[in-house]
Amino acid sequence: MKVARAHPLWLAYLLHRLSGLGLALFLPLHFWVLSYALNDAAKLDAFLTLTEIPLVKLAEFGLVFLLAVHLFGGLRLLALEWLPWSAPQKTWAAAAVAGSFLVSTTFLLQAI
Amino acid sequence: MPERDHLTVTVQRGGPDAPMRPQTFEVPAYDNQTVLDVVSWIQQNADPTLTYRFACRVGMCGSCAMMVNGVPRWTCRTHVSKVLDGNAIEVGPLRNLPVIKDLAADMDPFFDKWVAAEGMHHPTRTRDDAIEAIDPVAMERQEANAGIECINCSVCYSACDTVAGNPDYLGPAALQRAWTLYNDAKDADRDAILDAVSGKGGCHSCHSMGSCTTYCPNELDPLSAIAGLKRATAKRFFGGRKG
Repeated sequence: MKVARAHPLWLAYLLHRLSGLGLALFLPLHFWVLSYALNDAAKLDAFLTLTEIPLVKLAEFGLVFLLAVHLFGGLRLLALEWLPWSAPQKTWAAAAVAGSFLVSTTFLLQAI
Repeated sequence: MPERDHLTVTVQRGGPDAPMRPQTFEVPAYDNQTVLDVVSWIQQNADPTLTYRFACRVGMCGSCAMMVNGVPRWTCRTHVSKVLDGNAIEVGPLRNLPVIKDLAADMDPFFDKWVAAEGMHHPTRTRDDAIEAIDPVAMERQEANAGIECINCSVCYSACDTVAGNPDYLGPAALQRAWTLYNDAKDADRDAILDAVSGKGGCHSCHSMGSCTTYCPNELDPLSAIAGLKRATAKRFFGGRKG
């Protein structure tokens, strides 16, 4: 029998695991590219021109998405497990964090 | 009158000696009908060899839980109209437990873990002493009260993917029982409880997927109880022992 499990907390768990896996796979590549900053600056600059390609820009968006999802998912877990709050308190706290993130990001985007 | 005359009910049959296989029955539809009514109709009218378990029929005994369309549910309190998928229902034995036969799951591992999680009373007094006065509004009592309505139906155990992936994991019901006793002023051995739940397969194996709390038929919250145990065991580990 197919098991039905697609409730919000389970999906949040899945998203946290998949984003963590994605970031773990990305990190070695990231450090490998960064190592050129020390060893071969010209090669690094040549590599960084790749970031002008639309597909790479899209991939960067995905990366930032993974990071944001994993960061907030981690904060969610920390709050869930370490703060003996009631469910409504947690919902309000999450809403406050999301709201402040929205406002601060809007200001940041206007500033740059 | 119901919109349909008949329901198409698929029941998982089998056990240790025969591989599980689905068998489909046409069951008369009624306005008021629980999943347990449907299973009982099959056993009484279509196939007397169908094996299943129930006792109280009013959601108190915790013996009739089964998988219904992929979700563990107490079948005596689950109205058919709430779970119908089109005109069909699929019923199977509880997940994460061995099958005795057909819809009857072997509950032994579930109750063994209840004991392994130190889910037993450690008395503070003897029968010769006066009964201890309990403050009903104390924070600890509120925590304990939150979990005492558990009927041991194993729905949470069946819903938990951590149990599915880790046979040593004590599971939501046993851990919630441990948290209830940990907060009980009449329990004399809190260290024994924390020892039992902090080892391999204990509360720290929980991934906070929350299926236990989502599917608990009594609307209890094992997820928060397990989080409480995580805090208590961590506090003890770092030296902040609770008095």
